[in-house]
Amino acid sequence: MTAKLILQNGRIYEGKAFGAVGTVVGEVVFTTGMTGYQETLTDPSYAGQIITQTFPLIGNYGINSLSSEAAAPAAKGYIVREHCEQPSNFRSQGDIDGFLKACGVIGLCDIDTRSLTRVIRETGVMNGMLTTEDVNIDDALVQIKSYSVGKVVPLVSVTKKEQGGKGKLNIALIDYGYKRHIKAELEKLGASVTVYPWNVSISELLADKPDGIMLSNGPGDPEENVEAIDTIREIMKQNIPLFGICLGHQLTALASGAKTFKLKYGHRGANQPVLDLATERTYVTSQNHGYAVDGDSLDKEVGEVSHVNANDLTCEGIRYKNAPAFTVQFHPEAHGGPQDTNFLFKEFISLIEKGTK
Amino acid sequence: MPLRKDIKKILVIGSGPIVIGQAAEFDYAGTQACRALKSEGLEVVLVNSNPATIMTDKAMADKIYIEPLTLDVLKKIITIEQPDSLLSTLGGQTALTLSMQLAKDGFLAEHGVKLLGANPETIHKAEDRQAFKDTMESIGEPSVPSEVVEDVEHALSFADTIGYPVIVRPAFTLGGTGGGIAADVTELKEICGNGLRLSPIGQVLIEKCISGWKEIEFEVIRDAKGNVITVCSMENFDPVGVHTGDSIVIAPAVTLGEHEYQMLRTAAMNIIQALGVEGGCNCQFALHPTSFRYAVIEVNPRVSRSSALASKATGYPIAKVAAKIAVGYTLDEIVNQVTGKTKACFEPALDYVVVKFPKWPFDKFVYAKRTLGTQMKATGEIMAIAPSFEAAMMKAVRSVELGMDTLTKKKFTKLSVQELLEKLNDVDVDRAFCVFEALKRGISVEDICRITTIDKWFVCKLQNLANIEQSLSDGALTEEKYLTAKKYSYLDGTIERLSGTTLAKAKIKRRYASYKMVDTCAAEFAAETPYFYGTFDEENEAAEFIEEHKTDKKKIIVFGSGPIRIGQGIEFDYCSVHCVWALKELGCEVIICNNNPETVSTDFDTADRLYFDPLTAEDVDSLLETEKPFGVVVQFGGQTAIKLTEHLAKRGENILGTSADSVDMAEDRKRFDQLLQDCVIPRPEGMTVFTADEALKCAGQLGYPVLLRPSYVLGGQNMIIAHCDSDVREYMEIITQTKLQNPVLIDKYMMGTEVEVDAICDGEDFLIPGIMEHIERAGVHSGDSISVYPAFNLSKQIQNVIISYTEKLAKALKVIGLVNIQYVVCNHQVYVIEVNPRSSRTVPYISKVTGIPMVDVAAKIMLGHSLKEQGYPSGLYPKQKYVAVKVPVFSFEKLHDVDTQLGPEMKSTGECLGIARTLDEALYKGLLGAGFKMKRSGGVLFTVRNSDKPEIIGVAARFDALGFELYATSGTASLLNRNCVPTNIAFRISEGKAPNVLSLIDSGKIDYVVSTSETGRSPALDSVKIRRKSVERGIVCLTSVDTASALLGCLEKELTVDDLEMIDITKI
Repeated sequence: MTAKLILQNGRIYEGKAFGAVGTVVGEVVFTTGMTGYQETLTDPSYAGQIITQTFPLIGNYGINSLSSEAAAPAAKGYIVREHCEQPSNFRSQGDIDGFLKACGVIGLCDIDTRSLTRVIRETGVMNGMLTTEDVNIDDALVQIKSYSVGKVVPLVSVTKKEQGGKGKLNIALIDYGYKRHIKAELEKLGASVTVYPWNVSISELLADKPDGIMLSNGPGDPEENVEAIDTIREIMKQNIPLFGICLGHQLTALASGAKTFKLKYGHRGANQPVLDLATERTYVTSQNHGYAVDGDSLDKEVGEVSHVNANDLTCEGIRYKNAPAFTVQFHPEAHGGPQDTNFLFKEFISLIEKGTK
Repeated sequence: MPLRKDIKKILVIGSGPIVIGQAAEFDYAGTQACRALKSEGLEVVLVNSNPATIMTDKAMADKIYIEPLTLDVLKKIITIEQPDSLLSTLGGQTALTLSMQLAKDGFLAEHGVKLLGANPETIHKAEDRQAFKDTMESIGEPSVPSEVVEDVEHALSFADTIGYPVIVRPAFTLGGTGGGIAADVTELKEICGNGLRLSPIGQVLIEKCISGWKEIEFEVIRDAKGNVITVCSMENFDPVGVHTGDSIVIAPAVTLGEHEYQMLRTAAMNIIQALGVEGGCNCQFALHPTSFRYAVIEVNPRVSRSSALASKATGYPIAKVAAKIAVGYTLDEIVNQVTGKTKACFEPALDYVVVKFPKWPFDKFVYAKRTLGTQMKATGEIMAIAPSFEAAMMKAVRSVELGMDTLTKKKFTKLSVQELLEKLNDVDVDRAFCVFEALKRGISVEDICRITTIDKWFVCKLQNLANIEQSLSDGALTEEKYLTAKKYSYLDGTIERLSGTTLAKAKIKRRYASYKMVDTCAAEFAAETPYFYGTFDEENEAAEFIEEHKTDKKKIIVFGSGPIRIGQGIEFDYCSVHCVWALKELGCEVIICNNNPETVSTDFDTADRLYFDPLTAEDVDSLLETEKPFGVVVQFGGQTAIKLTEHLAKRGENILGTSADSVDMAEDRKRFDQLLQDCVIPRPEGMTVFTADEALKCAGQLGYPVLLRPSYVLGGQNMIIAHCDSDVREYMEIITQTKLQNPVLIDKYMMGTEVEVDAICDGEDFLIPGIMEHIERAGVHSGDSISVYPAFNLSKQIQNVIISYTEKLAKALKVIGLVNIQYVVCNHQVYVIEVNPRSSRTVPYISKVTGIPMVDVAAKIMLGHSLKEQGYPSGLYPKQKYVAVKVPVFSFEKLHDVDTQLGPEMKSTGECLGIARTLDEALYKGLLGAGFKMKRSGGVLFTVRNSDKPEIIGVAARFDALGFELYATSGTASLLNRNCVPTNIAFRISEGKAPNVLSLIDSGKIDYVVSTSETGRSPALDSVKIRRKSVERGIVCLTSVDTASALLGCLEKELTVDDLEMIDITKI
C-alpha cells in the first residue's frame, strides 16, 4: 500500500505505508538519533507532531515492553526510510510495523528522508498530512495550513494524582507529558515520586509537603500553558528545591519573566553539545524541543543562564537566584540518547538534602 | 584552553613501512596531524622511514627525516633537533612503542621533551596486559577472564583453570601478531611459545575465549579538560574470534538496542577518562548476544585503522582534532570543518550506513591459510556508503576488486547443500559469500546463524539480496524489479545477466546514480565540504552543489587506486594526491573518486570534491553524468584506474595524458612485441604455449631457466622461474586445472642486473630523474628487490643505451606523463622486460631523493605545460649527492604458510628508505629501517640450491671472516669445508638426527639464515619450513645471495648508528 506526506508548501513525498492506515495532520519534525526509536516514538513531547527519522534503518532491534517512555506514542505519524521486518535482538517482542499498527500510528517508509530533512532545515518546521488514502490535494492543503499543535499538554498528562511508593524523599513530579525515565532516575536515587496532573493546584501540591518538585518535559508551545506557569510562579516562592527538564525548563523561565521563542527546526537527537558555563565542560545530550528560552530576556537578578548549546549558543539551562531551582533544556534522563548528564539528578537530590538538613 | 605556550617545536613519529596491521591509515592520520600542527604555527620535525607517504613531503613539516625508526636513531634526532614535545599517538603502534621506550628510560625527561597525546602512564595502562586489567577492574568495567604470563608452563596451568579454548594475545605486537586461539594443550604450547618470542617484552595474555559474542567498537575523543565524545560506533559482521581488521564492519552499530548501545558508549567514555587519553582512543567490546553481559577486549590510546574508518564514515577528522587537543585545545574550541558552524564537541549523526570490507593477499599467496582468527591478515580495505546494508555490501564487493559484482562466489555454486553446510563452519575469508550461497540454496537463516554465530540481522539482509536475485531471474524484467535492484546498488550489467535480457529489450530506461552528501550531521546543518556517495534517489546533491558553485575552472576527475594490496600500495595514493594538488595549483577544479578509507586521497579536503564509490565502469558512468568533466586522469591510480581507460575512451572522455591506445599497446603482448621490433629494442626471447608438452618443448629450445606466466594477468601474479622440466610440469599442472582461455607465456629468463627507470615525457622531450639498479638479480620481483639510486654498477655506455631505449619507447608509445620501464642487463646487453605507461611504485621514492616532484611535473604536462616550460632539461637528470636505497618490507609473520623465498611474484607489503652519502651507509640505514638487527656476531645457517653453490662460498667466507659460526646442510657444509670455510653440519629434517635445521634455529644460536631453494612453494618442503621457522623466531632470512652479499658489505664496514648522518630531506 502506498502512503504519502503532503507538506504545507505543496511538496509531496510518496512512499509505502506501514503501521496504521488513515489520515493525520501534524507538525513535521526530524530527529537525528540513530538508536532509541522506541523511546522517541513514545516520548509524549512529540504530541501533535509527525516524526521523521534521519537514520535510514529503523526497527533493527525490534520493540520490547520495557523500552517505552509512555504507555503509547503521542506522535501523530512516523516517517522512516526503511523499517526492519526481521529485527534481531534477544529482547525483541515484535517489529515496529506491528507496534505502530497496535498503537494506531500511521507510518510512511521508502521515501528519501534526507531530502525531507533538508526541506525542513531550509524552510523550518511545517505542517503536513500523512495519509494512506486518496485525498484531494487542495482540500488537504487547506486543512494542513489551518493546523496548529495547540495546547496538547492536557492530552498527555495524567488526570489524577499517582501516589509514589516508599522513599527517603518525597518528590512531586508535575506531569506535562513526562518520560518514564525521569521518574525512574529519581526513584533509582531512593526518592518516592508522586505524579501530579499538569493543572495541579498549588494548594494541593503543598498539602503533600513535597521535599522537591520535578517539572517534566512535554509537548507544544510553552506559552499555551498559562495555568501551569502561574502554579510554577507560586512554587518558586515556597523555597522548595525545583528541577525542570525541557518544557519544565521553559515554563519555569516564563514564570520568572523570561521569554521563549520557536526555533526554526528545533533540536531533536542524541548528539547536541551543551556547554556548562560554570565548569566549561561540554556534554553530549539528548534533546527534543522546538522552542527555546531567550536567555537575554531573563532578569539577571532572578537567574542566570548556566548552560548553552555549543552549536547555536541558545539557552540550555538556568540556575535561579531567587529560589533553590535549576532547569535544563536537554534530557539528562536520556532514553534515548547519552547518559552523560545523568549526574544532574544527583545534584537535584543533594539540593533537596541540603535543604532538609 | 588555547594553544599551549610551552610548545614551539614538536617531533612527530610516523608508523614506518606498510605492514599488515599498519597501513596507509597512519599516513592519513600523520598528514592531517602535521598540517594541523603547522597551521598553529608550530615547528614540526617528522621522522618516518617510509618514503611512499604524503606526510614525508616537503610541505608537510619543517624538518623531515626519512630514517629508520629505531630508538638509537630517534635519540640522535632528538639530540640534533631538540624539540620541546613529542607527539606519540599518530604513528600507530610503532610510534607509541618507541615513544614509551624513550620516556621509560628517562631520555625524554633528560632532554626536556614533553610527551603529548598519551603519557607513559596512559600507554602503560592500555598496553600492559596486567595494568589494563587492573585499570578496568578499578572502574568496574568487565574484562575477559585472563592472566598475563611470561612462560608456557604458567599459561598451561591458567588455561586449565579457565578451560579451553583460550586466546593467546602477545603484548605490544602489531595487529595481534603471534596470537591465536588454542583449542588444547598442544596448540597452546605452540602458540604461546611463538607469542612470547614475538612480544618485545616477552609477555602474553591467556584469555578465556568468547568467540561468538558480538564485537563492537567505539571511537572516542577526550580533551585535557575531560570533555569526551564518541565519534562513531562500529559493529563487526563476524562475531568475536575474527580480528576486527579482518572483519566486515558496519557503522554505526545496528543490532544493538538503545540499552546496549548506551551501556557500551558510557563504558567507552569511562575507559578513556580512566586512562586519561588526550586525543583519540579506540575501545573494543565483546557483547553477549542474549544478555547485557559485556567485556572490554582491547583499548588503543591512539589513532588507529578504526579511527581512520570512523573519520571517513562520519566526516569527523579524528586525527586533526586529536593533534589540536594534544597541543592544548579543547573540543568546544575546535570548529567542525564540515559544517563550519558547529563545534568538534558534538557526535556525528549518520543518515546512511558504511560497510568496510577487508582486502586479503591470498590471490598472491595460494598456499597460505585463508582462515581468519585473532591475527590480522588483510593488507588493506575498502569502504562503501549507502542508505542500506544491502546496497553497501553490493558496493563493497565491487570496490574490493575480487572480480565479483554480486555476493555469488563461483566456487560455492558447485558445492552440494551438504557441502555448504560443512563449509559454513569455516571461519575464512569467503564466509560471507558462503552464507550467501547457502541462503540461495534454501538453507534457513536459523541454521546459518546457529552454525556461524553471525547475527540474524546480517543474515536476513543477505537473504534480501538473495531474494532480489531470485526475482530477477524469475520471469520478465520489469521496471519495478529494475528499480528495486538499482535501489540495492545492482549494476545494469548484473541485472541484465541475472535476468537474461537487456534493458533495451525490456524497454527499460537506464538510470544513473544521484549523489548524497556525507555531512557529519544527517542534514541537520548545511555542510560546506563536498563529500558524496552514490544512491538511487531523485535528489542529486552533487548536481545542486556543482550548480551553486559554478566556476570557469576546468573540471578534472582523478581516479584513485582502491584498496591497498600487495603490488598496489600506498605509492599510488601518493601519486593520486599529488596529481590532485598539482591540478588545483594550475587552477583546475579537481574531483577525486576512490573507495579506500585509509588514505589521504579520500580526505574530504584533498580535492575540490570527493566521491566515495566503487571504481567500476558503470559506477564511473554515473559520476561522469553528474560531473561532465573537461578531462579524466587514470595514470596515477595504479591498475584500478588504468583498467578504466578503455571504457573511458569508448565514452569519448578526454583522457589526459597517455592515450588508451598506447596503454593497450603496452599491455597487449603482440602489439608490444611489434613495438619493440619497430624500435629495434631486444626483449628476452619468448613463446606462448597451451599444454605441458608444448611448454617443455619451448623450455628446451629457450634453455633453462625460463620464466612462466599466464598471459592474462599483470603484476607478476602466478609467475615462476623454472629451472628444470619438473618445475615446468608442476606449474603447467596447476595452471591447466582451470580451462586455459589464454596462453601461458614462456620467456628466456635472463639472469642479469635489473634496472628500473621512471621517466616523464611531454611528447617531445623526456626526463629521467634517475636510474635505479637492483641489488638482487632479475627474477626477484622489482617490488621485492632492494633498489638503489643512482645506479652503482652500470657503465656509462650501458646507461646511455638505457636512456636511448627509454626515449625511443616513450616516443613510440606517445607517452604524455609518466612511464615506468624495467630492463635487464645481461652480458652487456640491455633487454626490456616491461613497460608501464603510468605511475609506479618507485615514483614517490625517486621524487623525494632527486627533488623532482614527478607527479606534479607529469600532471602539468597533461595540461600542456611542457618540460621545457617547467624548466626541466631533457634526458637523464644530473645525479644528486646522496645515495638512496629502497628496501622492501614483508609481513611474513602475519601470514602462516607463506614461503618467504623471493621470486617473480611480489610479496612485500611496504618499503623503507635509506639515504646517505655512500651506498654502504644507505644500505645500512635501509636494512635497519626494514627491521634487520644488523648483528655482527653469532651464527649463520646456509641451505642453498645447487645453482647458488658456487657463489655461496665467497659469502660464507665473508661471514666467517667476521667471526660468525657457520652451519649448513650436509651438501653445502662439505662444499664450504672443502673450500676452507669451516662449517658445522646441520641435519635435514628428513635425516631424523639432532640437531636438525629446525632445532638449531630454535636453539637461538642462529642470527642469519641464507636459504635459497630450487623449486616449489608447498609448505611441506624442508626449505620452506626453515624459512618459516626463521620468520617465527624473528631471524633475518635472506633468500638471495645478492641480498646476503649487500648485508655483508654493511657489516664489514662496522657501521653503527653513531656513524650515520641524519639527513633532513627538505634540504635536498
